[in-house]
Amino acid sequence: MTTLIQGFINAIRLLLAGDPEVWQITLLSLQVSGIATLISLVIGLPVGTWLALRIFRGRGFMLSLVNTGMALPPVVAGLVISILLWRSGPLGDLRLIYTPVAIIIAQTVIAAPVVTGLTTAALQQLDPRLRLQLLGLGASHGQVIWALWREARLPLLAALMAGFGSVISEVGASMMVGGNIRGQTRVLTTAIVLETSKGEFAAAIALSILLLLLAYLVNLGLTWIQQRGGRQ
Amino acid sequence: MTDSLESPLVVVRGMRVLRGGQPVLEVDSLDISRGETLAVIGPNGAGKSTLLLALARLIRVPKGQVLFDGQPLSSLDDLAFRRKIALVLQEPLLLDISVFDNVAAPLRFRGLPRLEVKRRVETWLERMGIAPLAPRRARRLSGGEAQRVSLARALALQPELLLLDEPFSALDAPTRARLLADLHSLLADNPATTIFVTHDQDEAMLLGRRVAVLLEGRLRQVGTPSQIFNTPADEAVAAFVGVETVLPGKVISTRDQLVTMSVAGLPVYAVGQAQRGQQVLVCLRPEDITLWRDGLLPSSSARNQLTGIVDRLAPSGPLVRVELLLTGGTEPVSLVALITRPSVEEMHLAPGVEVIATFKASAVHLIVR
Repeated sequence: MTTLIQGFINAIRLLLAGDPEVWQITLLSLQVSGIATLISLVIGLPVGTWLALRIFRGRGFMLSLVNTGMALPPVVAGLVISILLWRSGPLGDLRLIYTPVAIIIAQTVIAAPVVTGLTTAALQQLDPRLRLQLLGLGASHGQVIWALWREARLPLLAALMAGFGSVISEVGASMMVGGNIRGQTRVLTTAIVLETSKGEFAAAIALSILLLLLAYLVNLGLTWIQQRGGRQ
Repeated sequence: MTDSLESPLVVVRGMRVLRGGQPVLEVDSLDISRGETLAVIGPNGAGKSTLLLALARLIRVPKGQVLFDGQPLSSLDDLAFRRKIALVLQEPLLLDISVFDNVAAPLRFRGLPRLEVKRRVETWLERMGIAPLAPRRARRLSGGEAQRVSLARALALQPELLLLDEPFSALDAPTRARLLADLHSLLADNPATTIFVTHDQDEAMLLGRRVAVLLEGRLRQVGTPSQIFNTPADEAVAAFVGVETVLPGKVISTRDQLVTMSVAGLPVYAVGQAQRGQQVLVCLRPEDITLWRDGLLPSSSARNQLTGIVDRLAPSGPLVRVELLLTGGTEPVSLVALITRPSVEEMHLAPGVEVIATFKASAVHLIVR
């Protein structure tokens, strides 16, 4: 118990001191997970929409793949991306292993199915006749999709939040493909693992507070947008 | 020029729509004139909505031809065609935005200038009597208000073809009656060709200049409301439009327009066209039959007089439905009459009581088999 309290006091002291390395790690976490979430949105929104609105052979199979992807263990994603990006691997010439780009790729593999699956679910909750109604009022196919996205804006923002949440808190893949290199690929989660393994609880607690704060602030922002949109 | 104005807006020939390989809609021939209101009636599941969706080109028509303004529907540009029509469904299906924006949305789809959008939205909210609702969130409206918004949204488009799919069936009776009356006067002033789908005969009678009857996916009869309700083309149409008594008979003689038939050995007279020896169906609407107790029968009564025993009495709204079993025939024949409650009390009608049923020869509709 004393360890925890002592660690907490030291953590506050560390945070207030404004250690540049801590800020660098925090910023990198935000950048990497933010970019991975945005890429997941760019992939997941159209693919999720397609899966929700189109009926075609193999759709059920694809949905089951996406749903499995939503539960994909980060270490498995890390392993696959490691093999692909490994110096001697198929994409080794790109020299991306142990770079922030590698972490972004791994996190996108984790978040994209989450955003896709939840986008499909969000659009499937809408009345299927709404599409017929919009078409019957002269909407182009693009206008129909835009109107359906607007109609499902609350669950779609929830999909985005879930996507961000799945990667900001993820540690396995970042460790495996990023390597936790100080000043280069160390993010909040990998730093916490390292500090804890060293017995540096104060530093680990300080980083954890930052991680929670970051997740909280991003979700606070998205929730605000979501609820404002809902009240409109 | 006159020719194109008088040619029908929609022409359907040999249309077949299949679902799971089974035909769900078959329309051999249907023409819809410019500016007319056609009411399509039929029970639930008869294919009415399918017909509407097929005409809106929202479902595929694998067989047959549909012409719109003289052009095959399949040759028209999808979006350009859909922007000439407007569809109103049973549920209002409004977007989760303000009432104003809901009515404005399809106008904005078409890229109309902002001021024109505003003018049209305000005009149609006013005409539908819902101008004060403009800033309200559409999801917070009552069922009747929402359906008014849905109608305003379609009418504001000033479509060439207006398709209405049971727009009142989800509403309570008083709301429905008010909205129906309003729509009736709006359609009378509106140049749009309208197809109005309903399972309700009163709605069809009020709104339709012509009525089309769809039963089990087949178009059975198209005609004016009085043609449909008084002279149904076959037994199924007769049953659907409320002709409760349909009796098989044989023509014994014809003189001028008067046809004499035998129904299970009982004489029945009708005004119509038939030939001696023909097998016919005798159709009678229950409201055309009058009942009398013996001895109270006036001398100047209708030509048809048949004696029967009351079998069953059942209340039907403000009236009473009386089922009779006719006596004196070679086999049991039943007849249904609809009479007022005071008449039932006055005549002390009860099961087992003997009565005389009378009806005019002109009230009998014959279907030659």
